[in-house]
Amino acid sequence: MDALYRDYILDHYKSPRNFGELDPHDLEWHDHNPLCGDELGVHVRVEDGKIAELRFHGQGCAISQAAASIASEELVGMPVDEIGGLPADWVTDLLGIDISPTRRKCALLNLKVMRGATTGDASWPES
Amino acid sequence: MNPLTATPALDVRADFPVLERLTRGGKPMVYLDSAATSQKPVAVIEAMNDYYRRSNANIHRGVYELAQEATDLYEGARERVAAFCGWETATTIFTRNATEAINLVAYAWGRANVGPGDEVLITHMEHHSNIVPWQMLCHETGARLRYLGVSEEGTLSLDELDSVLAEGRVKLVSVVHVSNVLGTLNPVADIVARSRAAGALTVVDGSQAVPQLPVDLSAIDADFYAWTGHKAVGPTGIGVLHGRRSVLEEMRPFLGGGDMIGRVDFESSTWNELPWKFEAGTSPIAEGVGLGAAVDYLSGLGMENVRAHERDLTAYALERLPTIESLRVFGPPDPDQRGGVVSFALEGMHPHDVADLCDREGVCIRAGHHCAQPLMRMMGVPATARASFHVYNSREDVDRLVEALAKARTVFGL
Repeated sequence: MDALYRDYILDHYKSPRNFGELDPHDLEWHDHNPLCGDELGVHVRVEDGKIAELRFHGQGCAISQAAASIASEELVGMPVDEIGGLPADWVTDLLGIDISPTRRKCALLNLKVMRGATTGDASWPES
Repeated sequence: MNPLTATPALDVRADFPVLERLTRGGKPMVYLDSAATSQKPVAVIEAMNDYYRRSNANIHRGVYELAQEATDLYEGARERVAAFCGWETATTIFTRNATEAINLVAYAWGRANVGPGDEVLITHMEHHSNIVPWQMLCHETGARLRYLGVSEEGTLSLDELDSVLAEGRVKLVSVVHVSNVLGTLNPVADIVARSRAAGALTVVDGSQAVPQLPVDLSAIDADFYAWTGHKAVGPTGIGVLHGRRSVLEEMRPFLGGGDMIGRVDFESSTWNELPWKFEAGTSPIAEGVGLGAAVDYLSGLGMENVRAHERDLTAYALERLPTIESLRVFGPPDPDQRGGVVSFALEGMHPHDVADLCDREGVCIRAGHHCAQPLMRMMGVPATARASFHVYNSREDVDRLVEALAKARTVFGL
């Protein structure tokens, strides 16, 4: 099996969870990875300070889209004010694959977008 | 010539040492990203090495032997670079790259000659380097930036050019000679002639053309022609702007500093003569020497042979790539109408993943928007994968690419 494109990565890429639009929503953000043009947006509905529902949307490589899908399943139920403090490792650990430096931003785009939606600061997450 | 049986004219892979290395996986490297930057032959590497070992000094000022030798090497390179493109030496200006060459025109000519109500005309197949400088010029001056469209087959329409020019507001036309995405070989001499007849200044971005085609600037006759050394088997850090003498003489300098002045007083200065008026500060001397060696190398191969080689590989790729299921090739289908660059997309796979999986097989291709985001939007894709060729590539390299693409599809379960 390929070390990067594992079955579950490809499964999330081909059948992404929590993808689409969400209306009405409380929070939203849209961003892109200028290196490769991956695009990702998010709509978030908040209840009692927690993420009740979210939908990612966009287009990009398997890593960026699968990472968003995998992260989305963990993000639901999480307190909104904790998102900004999530480190880059949170995503890469979830993915469970070795990400080369050239693909790192693909994997982290979803967290960048979530940080933007919840804090207004869409800087790249650090380890 | 049957494109499927002909053998490429050139067999010069051994001249390019970097191609000897193996990739991480221990596979021989297939380098198919020459449109981004070409590899360098020993002759170029040695010329720069020799310059630093034997002849390094600052140019144009020193009276000692070493300084004279460095000056001769640099100015000798300029003469050969100018001759290589069929242009006059004194109006062949060295810049940092093609981007800086285009910015030179946008600042030194554009700011003085373009104003509110004027139009700058470019096309939808331009590289960002031939978009953004004009956007900045138009934002600052109140001029309007207009684009010529690109057809389904990736070509420009001269009728559309004529109709925009006929409106009478175009002050400058800037167009790419060979598209870095579509490979399209544009009829630049025709575009220049029509634009000049309408009173517009003409700029051609030849970054992808000079490395692979015989380019005779006296025949194209643009007011400005820009290209970059590193795509033409030369070093990074040096580009070229060939300009029309009458226009250059009227222009103010681009950057101020040493070397570009005639005389400096406390309040004002006078400008050096051409080309040095546009070369402020210490020049990229070793890079100039390297570029001189690069054009010597290409001239030695013969640019007709280089073109024949590129055409053969392009034709072969256009035959072989569509054998991959659900692969779509962009750009003109006729290899006579395009340079050695082929962009494509695989259904169900993002180009970034395609390039990553090709890398596992030792095949270096580019994925992304290729600094041409407006064109990507026109083509309706977020990005493409792109293979581009130079003299060191062979049909076997294309075969390796096709094998890697087939394997990539199986990884994705396609």
